[in-house]
Amino acid sequence: MIPLSYFLSLGAILFGVGMFGVLTRRNAIAILMAVELMLNAVNINFIALSRYLPNSTLDGQVFAIFVITVAAAEAAVGLAIVLALYRNFKTVDVDEINLMKW
Amino acid sequence: MTAVLFFALAAFTVAAALLVVLARNIVHSAVALIFSFCGVAGIYVLLDAEFLAAVQVLIYVGGITILLLFAIMLTTRIAARADVFNEQIGLSAVIVLGITAILVYASLTGIPAFERPPVSPETTPALGRLLLTTHVLPFEVASILLLAAMVGAIVIARREGE
Repeated sequence: MIPLSYFLSLGAILFGVGMFGVLTRRNAIAILMAVELMLNAVNINFIALSRYLPNSTLDGQVFAIFVITVAAAEAAVGLAIVLALYRNFKTVDVDEINLMKW
Repeated sequence: MTAVLFFALAAFTVAAALLVVLARNIVHSAVALIFSFCGVAGIYVLLDAEFLAAVQVLIYVGGITILLLFAIMLTTRIAARADVFNEQIGLSAVIVLGITAILVYASLTGIPAFERPPVSPETTPALGRLLLTTHVLPFEVASILLLAAMVGAIVIARREGE
């Protein structure tokens, strides 16, 4: 039987990998991919805790469904913003899109 | 047997995730993302969440990744680039490694060893019942959110003056 902490550790490692991508990548689409990885890590934690906690209901899985819903909405709006950025700046490098930078 | 399967799936998922973050070619990142999502779906099966595994494959692998690939095709030139990382890579690596180490340490030592309760035979019907009774308000709000996101995405991505 796999202990709960292994699943939580996997979630932590996946979250770290995603966070590294968000912090370092230049391409806006790559940043969106890394955000999806982080959301997946959170979902692993939700489902693992929902499975292991004593007297638990399926609330963790319901929460994971809502996270997936929000992730889908985020991807759609995020990619629309990326397309609009590309039309205006001819690039999707977030370093070069600094119009509002002080 | 289950432990071997877990470690194989975990290594597969993390390796694919690392490839997503580190690949020089953005299309390679997108393809590695598909494999990472499939690995996470396998983890869901190990946690007796078959419905979530199916949803993961349908929405992430079938939907979001294809959307990302479309965005890649519509924007960047597809070629391997040398400068995919910005100049804060060193500091980011240190901070991320620190946070990950703290989280893994806390997970391994701070969590009491719960025994898995016996699996309920019907998770999917119970999930549907929960969604339409206890969680019906968030469920309806989620549908409004999806509608707003859809309209917003169309408005933002549309060309000016059409």
